[in-house]
Amino acid sequence: MTTIYEELQEQANAELQKRHTHCVRVCMAAGCLSHHGDTIKKALEAEIEAQGCQDDVTIKGVGCMGLCAAGPLVSVEPEGILYEKVTVEDAADIVKSVGNKPLKRLQCATNVPFFKRQVKIVLENSGVVDPESLEDYILAGGYAALDKALTDMSPAEVIDEVVISGLRGRGGGGYPTGLKWSTVAKAISDTKYVICNADEGDPGAFMDRSVLESDPHRVIEGMAIAAYAVGAEQAYVYLRAEYPLAIQRLKMAIRQAKRSGLLGDNILGSGVNFNVDIRLGAGAFVCGEETALMASIEGKRGMPRPRPPYPADHGLWGEPTLINNVETFANVAPIIRNGGAWYAGIGTKESKGTKVFALAGQIKNTGLIEVPMGISLNEIVNEIGGGTPDGSQIKAIQTGGPSGGCIPNQYIETPVDYESLSELGSIMGSGGMIVMDSSSSMVEVARYFMEFCKTESCGKCIPCRVGTAQMYNLLDKIATGKATSADLELLEQLCDLVKNTSLCGLGQSAPNPVLSTLRYFREEYLTKIVDATDKQSGS
Amino acid sequence: MARRSRIKTLKIDGRDVGAHEDQTILQLARENNITIPTLCHIEGLSVPGACRLCLVEVKGWRKLVPACATYADEGMEVFTDSERLRSYRRMILELLFSEGNHVCAVCVSNGHCELQSLAQHLGMDHVRYPNLQPVRLVDMTHSRFTLDRNRCILCLRCVRVCDEIEGAHTWDVKGRGVDARVISDLDTPWGESPTCTTCGKCVNVCPVGALVEKGRAVGEMVKRQEFLPYLSSMREVKR
Repeated sequence: MTTIYEELQEQANAELQKRHTHCVRVCMAAGCLSHHGDTIKKALEAEIEAQGCQDDVTIKGVGCMGLCAAGPLVSVEPEGILYEKVTVEDAADIVKSVGNKPLKRLQCATNVPFFKRQVKIVLENSGVVDPESLEDYILAGGYAALDKALTDMSPAEVIDEVVISGLRGRGGGGYPTGLKWSTVAKAISDTKYVICNADEGDPGAFMDRSVLESDPHRVIEGMAIAAYAVGAEQAYVYLRAEYPLAIQRLKMAIRQAKRSGLLGDNILGSGVNFNVDIRLGAGAFVCGEETALMASIEGKRGMPRPRPPYPADHGLWGEPTLINNVETFANVAPIIRNGGAWYAGIGTKESKGTKVFALAGQIKNTGLIEVPMGISLNEIVNEIGGGTPDGSQIKAIQTGGPSGGCIPNQYIETPVDYESLSELGSIMGSGGMIVMDSSSSMVEVARYFMEFCKTESCGKCIPCRVGTAQMYNLLDKIATGKATSADLELLEQLCDLVKNTSLCGLGQSAPNPVLSTLRYFREEYLTKIVDATDKQSGS
Repeated sequence: MARRSRIKTLKIDGRDVGAHEDQTILQLARENNITIPTLCHIEGLSVPGACRLCLVEVKGWRKLVPACATYADEGMEVFTDSERLRSYRRMILELLFSEGNHVCAVCVSNGHCELQSLAQHLGMDHVRYPNLQPVRLVDMTHSRFTLDRNRCILCLRCVRVCDEIEGAHTWDVKGRGVDARVISDLDTPWGESPTCTTCGKCVNVCPVGALVEKGRAVGEMVKRQEFLPYLSSMREVKR
């Protein structure tokens, strides 16, 4: 007797039979769409009809191919030829070239470090599968891990694999995922919830958006496995409304999964029920904080509350709740498919696996990359990222957004893992990496992030609400050359206060950009201070 | 069925104390005549942990914890008063004073204000930060009460008492950061609120001169909060 999953595989294979010898993939993620990737796809479709090669060539919209700087991107498979900065006018030439010589004038080199140095686990299907096709995901091995977990493994065995994998929370905190799952599994309650935190809000970060836009089924599969492991039947994806394409594709994926028996009652004939619903965030950064996020799902104002009690004990509507980030869930299916030990073989002793980074700022290859943990900043920024556009020296690398810090060029050989980055006064964060060259003033960088925290503070606790506003005013005073050394002292005192007394992570980490720039670029602050000379020797 | 609560023994400021497991450090400290300053906390309402004045140190813990929201545990060693805590508390008050209009001499709550008493008690005698002077509107549309948002410290007692005790949920918060402010219903004038029962509970729990009765002159506004523990304990008995 064939199982439901085998039937799905057969359907997907039947779909495969219909495919043609060549496939032209067009990037349809947000970056390339903003450069009219959709009209290029239409032009290509019109062109294959015009040239009468519908039976040989398929045009397929896919997710992010990574190198956003060279978008819109088009690739020709199975040859693996990548074309960059494609325009509608190029459509005819591209279709003509399929099966013949590649078009030299548009070709993008793929034997460069940007492609060769990456290790893709989370992004393995990005730019490969059609995010709007369940069959495509299944053909790529999708939902096999869920089938394996449901039929061959007990919930405890699933958790064991995640523990062995050494996976840590990819939202930035780095809490061991296996430990979190086992804690929620231990909680005794008739109702439990799983939440996927997709309220990605750091300026310059677009990892979660890209995963949801490029491979939404992977996140659903990860959540389904998690729900089975902890004993939950209902999950919510808290997704920010600013990501309309991610919402649309996730909605479509949920619909497809429901229709195929991958969601709903008795999923894959296992007797397990599991449902996913989407809740849209209305644009508050603080709603990425787990307790504020849950308040928002409950229909309340998105404000954090003191922890403990932790969500594992008292979460959504008071029930035990597992809450993980998009990228964390996206790692689950490969871990179950290949085993935790395989995953633990990648990365460093304390930080396992890979991490997705969004490269932005003064860097040649802006885009999305996935690298093994432990790789140095230098390798990421200079080799994969190609350094600054004009080849000048990098001044600092900002990681972790408004909660992180600026790492100066002298530490560029630092391995990227949770501990090394926090030793330098920054954090791993969710994966935003902003490269700055000598044109960036560090005081202004600190002021920018403080302005962000000031406007995004929910206003509940006093240190964060008023402290960030006062720190912003002091930074503005320094940046505009009106501050005295007493102001700098006041700023440092406020950093200490806000860091140690704020209620939630937003406030506790808000001083980080100031503290790290003060640590490495203090002279930039001092040169802007009016009475610095008599104070400089003392500080 | 008989109620059973486990007993925990711990130390607060070097003193050995015994506690029920469901007692917070704040309750325990008050039981033992140890003063921990609070502003948002009020007995009988839920605990937001928002003002951060009751932060205490616990031996071996990396972070400071709010006494109002942390439960007693076996072997805990709590310190409620240290130079570091005193300095943090003074700075938090300074920040509050720098945010709104807290000029006591012209306030109806002068002499009966929890913020004023705390500043005196903690020795906060000057403010080093410039006043932020956010634009905050005064609502005098209600027939009996006034809301002066410039004096509001966003402790959210009014929001909680209206929701948790009166059951009307007239008050809530709008805006973020220093723009956050208390609003009635969906930001309609208080006097036109269809949900307000004019019970006056919000006025009486307000620790400062933000919610006051009309017709009071400087120093005349005395709040009466005795009803609150009574009402909330009645509710518990009913459960």
